[in-house]
Amino acid sequence: MIKILEAVASDVTSDMASDWAPVGPPVPSDRALTLEIDGVVKRYPNGALAVKGVDIQVGQGELVVFVGPSGCGKSTLLRMVAGLEEVSEGEIRIDGRRVNDADPADRDIAMVFQNYALYPHMTVRRNLAYGLQNRKIAREVIAEKVAQAAAMLQIEEFLDRKPAQLSGGQRQRVAMGRAIVRDPKVFLFDEPLSNLDARLRNQMRLEIRKLQRRLGVSAIYVTHDQVEAMTLADRIVVLNGGLVEQVGTPAEVYARPATTFVASFIGAPAMNLLDAVVEGDRLRVGEAAIPAPLGAPQGPAKAGLRPEKARLAAPGAGLPFALEAVEELGATRLLHGLAAGAPVVIAADAALPLPSGPLSLTADPADLHLFDANSGARL
Amino acid sequence: MTVTTDPALAASWSRAAASAGARRRRSRVQLYHHAVLILGVLLMMAPLVVAFASSTYDPVVIHSEGLQLGYGGEFASTYGAVLFDRGGFTGEVTGVRMLWNSVILGMGFAVGKIVISMLAAYAIVYFRFPLGSLAFWIIFSTLLLPLEVRILPSYEVVQSMGLLNTYTGLILPLIASATGTFFFRQFFKSVPDELLEAARIDGAGPVRFFIDILVPLSKTMMAAIFIIMFVVGWNQYLWPALMTTDEGMFTIVRGIRQILQVWIGANIPDYNKALAMAILAMVPPALIVLIFQRAFVKGLVESEK
Repeated sequence: MIKILEAVASDVTSDMASDWAPVGPPVPSDRALTLEIDGVVKRYPNGALAVKGVDIQVGQGELVVFVGPSGCGKSTLLRMVAGLEEVSEGEIRIDGRRVNDADPADRDIAMVFQNYALYPHMTVRRNLAYGLQNRKIAREVIAEKVAQAAAMLQIEEFLDRKPAQLSGGQRQRVAMGRAIVRDPKVFLFDEPLSNLDARLRNQMRLEIRKLQRRLGVSAIYVTHDQVEAMTLADRIVVLNGGLVEQVGTPAEVYARPATTFVASFIGAPAMNLLDAVVEGDRLRVGEAAIPAPLGAPQGPAKAGLRPEKARLAAPGAGLPFALEAVEELGATRLLHGLAAGAPVVIAADAALPLPSGPLSLTADPADLHLFDANSGARL
Repeated sequence: MTVTTDPALAASWSRAAASAGARRRRSRVQLYHHAVLILGVLLMMAPLVVAFASSTYDPVVIHSEGLQLGYGGEFASTYGAVLFDRGGFTGEVTGVRMLWNSVILGMGFAVGKIVISMLAAYAIVYFRFPLGSLAFWIIFSTLLLPLEVRILPSYEVVQSMGLLNTYTGLILPLIASATGTFFFRQFFKSVPDELLEAARIDGAGPVRFFIDILVPLSKTMMAAIFIIMFVVGWNQYLWPALMTTDEGMFTIVRGIRQILQVWIGANIPDYNKALAMAILAMVPPALIVLIFQRAFVKGLVESEK
């Protein structure tokens, strides 16, 4: 903590120490903060709250993914950072400088839009150069930067084409090139891959990751796709209803979801959530019971179990499981059914024979997640 | 020889063609189609053909034998006279001069309308100002007030500004355009917001965005509106007739009437010249439409976005 303060002390206001209260794990301490979002609220003129007070810190060179269902405020938050939406309350700082009232062009950010937003009447070269021209940068410098970015993205051969003559993936690269030539402090990605087909999406995802690493520029990446979030992020911010549910590395968010919302949102297929009661060292679900995790508080709770951690056992050894449907995914096989009356999915190894006859569901107590029955917070 | 390009129709037709009876039926249907089309063409073209043919005859022939369909051999002399002979009451104005006036009116009218309506639409779509949509509907409601309704006040204003018999006075009162504003408004609304946002991040202010992004995007739209407005401007009659008393300012559409009016004593009116002038008055707008036809259709049906 002290180290961070020292690193950014030169251009950060002195009251920062009191504001600095990370929601999730702190930013790795060898990094300076590039972007700070402090108690930011977005209130629309009709009184609707899109973002209800959010604190997020992004370290130098870090890629933070905002993930959540549509309407959770993730895009609004990104657009506030970009300066395309006004901040109703709170403060946004880039490199320690308050930018609430700064023009988008003066914020030292670059944005990649979902539909790329390339200028359709300009060649790729002019698309890349346009922002620099407006900043009155010398022509030779622009040409050099454009050439560099084009080489990096392997779009040199398209430089004199118009966007309409490019494929989706190529347009995506041009959009990234436009962000790169600006040499910004923060990249902002607004669901940039959602217009691509699945194969290209995986490929571009990897490229974005590599590129961002190579350039060492901080980035915010907004998506509703949890797979994208898991694979890309240094840290994930899970948003729901305008509030941060959890901040953490992909592994943390997966292994220790802070709420039932995060538990059901991150991971595919989604975590099974069962209404249960902890009685002594047993976890009772309906009529049956399985061993409860050590030190679980007594009383009603929501029990979470990842499909890939659920195990099948002989009848009587756990919760009775009635198999209803089977989905083959190649390496794994999803077994859909009812356990103690609640719908449950089990991911089983496809190499094993398909079970038949009466079954039961059991789990290692360490794999069980317990959440407060009312608030949904992790117990 | 199928006329249709609809694959489903073509397929069904080729299936039907398997039987000879169907083929005969088909060719008969095509015959009807062509007959109707040819009839339509004749109906549309006949007045033009008659006008052009008659304009190549001597006025005496036209006067005594009526309108002609053949070629009368007076083409060069008639059209030469119409274009280059000084005529009119003052004996000063030539056909070329009137054509030139019409070109200026048509161009000024079309360009002025495009500029004004683009700026108005830009303000309405991209700037949030109080009563913005009310302003738009007020502009739109001027469709109910064409020039003919407000011609006296318009004349009054132009006259008091000392703009009678000037190109400015001829063009200015006509260029406010609700239709153009409406077209551009619809077009601007269909331009994705992300383009504006990308431009803002790229540091383009309102003027830059308009000039660098919106105007180039509107090119086909502008071409389409230019064609319509040029023809409308070219064909203006009432306003120029009221506005211009100096024959040097007459437009060609007005000139046609001027020729037939010269009916002094027992002179036979110059029917051939009037017809020649009518033909001449039709050529430039027709050319504009022919040349810009492709841009016109493109502007109305698609747009580069």
